[in-house]
Amino acid sequence: MAGNWLLPAETTTSGRPVLRPGEVESSLQPSVDLLNEENPNLPPLKSGLLVLTTHRLLWLPNPESTTSPAASAAAAVPLAAVVQILHSKKSIKGMFASPRVRFQVSITPEYKVQEKGSKFTTITLVFRGKSDPDSFVGKFWEAWRGRAWEGAVSGSDSGPGRVELGDGGGSSSSDTGLALKMPVVGLSGILRKEQEMWESTDKSLQDAFQDLNALMNKAKEMVALAEKMRQKLLSGSTSQANAANDEEMGSKEEMQDWLLSVGIVSPVTKESAGALYHQELSRQLADFVKIPLERAGGIMNLIDIYCLFNRARGTELISPDDLLRACSLWEKFNVPVMLKKFESGVMVIQNKSHSDEEVFSRIKSLVQKPDALKTGISATDAARTLGIAPAMAKEHLLAAESKGFLCRDVSPDGFRFYINIFHDIDPNDAYLVKEYGIYDAWIRAAIASR
Amino acid sequence: MQTLGELKLPQFFNYPPYFTLQPVRETQEKQIQLWKELIIAYCRMQKLFIIGLEEDFPLFSNPAIERSLNYDARSAFLSALVSDGRAEWTDKGHRQCLILWHQIQEWADIILRFVKDNGLEDSVMTLEEMRSGVESRGTDIHGMDHTVLTRALKLLENKGKLAIFKGTSTDDEGVKFSV
Repeated sequence: MAGNWLLPAETTTSGRPVLRPGEVESSLQPSVDLLNEENPNLPPLKSGLLVLTTHRLLWLPNPESTTSPAASAAAAVPLAAVVQILHSKKSIKGMFASPRVRFQVSITPEYKVQEKGSKFTTITLVFRGKSDPDSFVGKFWEAWRGRAWEGAVSGSDSGPGRVELGDGGGSSSSDTGLALKMPVVGLSGILRKEQEMWESTDKSLQDAFQDLNALMNKAKEMVALAEKMRQKLLSGSTSQANAANDEEMGSKEEMQDWLLSVGIVSPVTKESAGALYHQELSRQLADFVKIPLERAGGIMNLIDIYCLFNRARGTELISPDDLLRACSLWEKFNVPVMLKKFESGVMVIQNKSHSDEEVFSRIKSLVQKPDALKTGISATDAARTLGIAPAMAKEHLLAAESKGFLCRDVSPDGFRFYINIFHDIDPNDAYLVKEYGIYDAWIRAAIASR
Repeated sequence: MQTLGELKLPQFFNYPPYFTLQPVRETQEKQIQLWKELIIAYCRMQKLFIIGLEEDFPLFSNPAIERSLNYDARSAFLSALVSDGRAEWTDKGHRQCLILWHQIQEWADIILRFVKDNGLEDSVMTLEEMRSGVESRGTDIHGMDHTVLTRALKLLENKGKLAIFKGTSTDDEGVKFSV
């Protein structure tokens, strides 16, 4: 296995690195080799994607050269293990070879990269693509000196539920069972707690708006706050499931929705990804749409995704054109979502598992229910049953109609669809009803009940 | 079972999509087929020859399910009959349709049978007598459309089976059979 002298790095199914809490990408470089010139026994990592984050240096294998998304081959060097970044010497010779960047990391005697290791080794990065190593080195220095991982380490030690943000109001209830301590439980309890927390964070919000730099500093805190509240709501809903009524659950879910949409911590930007912008945006989008898609029943309007995605990105907005390009790149990656264009021109994003056949069979069973046989179904009925938007449901119904499975009924009552019984009627004998056919079933439901 | 006049209506007459012209080709073909047969059966039963597209026609609506055919649908079904040769537009604007629930050749055969059955081989009859006389009662000829009758008789005249006499008015028109 390549790169076992480095630390393993997780990737998502679409091939994006899984970032730690608070970790932000700062530069992406394509076609980079990572090798150790001092010890040729260590297998070099050839021509992958180099991702510099505030915490780590990640090397991801080239998705085109590997058959599987080989998550195991992705490697990481924690910036904490970096001891020194070496200045590259400019020479005539260097102008013709691929640019190289060297840095020293601490290692264990067994040649594994580790923080505070007893030995040092030099890692060489070879930039084979059309990239700008000088700006990369600049960002590398910046990230290394920023020492962002130090805050994260102390945070992860105390567990995600215990990040101290506000004062007592926010943290008193996390583990001690709020049902016992709070005089008012349930929705009002949560709301009151929320209120207290808002008051205590109101000050930090005001500070944040002092100037943009301050906002940038506070942004991480805000996202952490949102995440924390979400966690708390989650734990709250399980601990007092008995007491919670439907209304309460509903408002909790709503609250969770708001908080969920707050944050992509490390949005892919043109600045950080450069030439890889659309490709990386595409991967990030694929990861992002999973949750909203699940909630929407496996299919969503492209417009809705655009709104959600931009909202989650906060200030780093993307254009509709970028979104479309990101979606159309999905075909090249092994991602579980796809872009679909209906005949009417409506574009949707759907899970690959959310196949048309499945929707079709659900519509099929829906229109054969006695009520639907009798009065047909509208797009609204179908939307309710399928758990998708009415406009989308109508597209599916029209698709089923064009396959000859449904028939339309346009009347002052509206636009309704019925199961197609025309195929089942004998053209030579209009009065003949084949037993147990669709026509027979329709007669039983529609005429018999009259 | 629902009836309209004396016609027993098929069950699908209560199927709401039957009254909306279907956009999908295969389905529409089947729908048109069923409508054509029903229109012919109804006209034959009611001895109707003319359908006006803009007038109320009992077959084209079903009060039980509150559905009726719109203009496009009526026009599509009648056009299909016209292209089958079982109907003809009587005007250029395609607003009125003559339904030939027997083709002209069939009408000619029916007239010949009627002449033989009543022993009228060498007699003279006015057209009006044929249409409303005692002899024709109970046959399809009774109450027959004037235009259709004239065309059937012309066909027979060309075959030398009879001679048509032009009168001063339509009442005076007559035929001499020579079968």
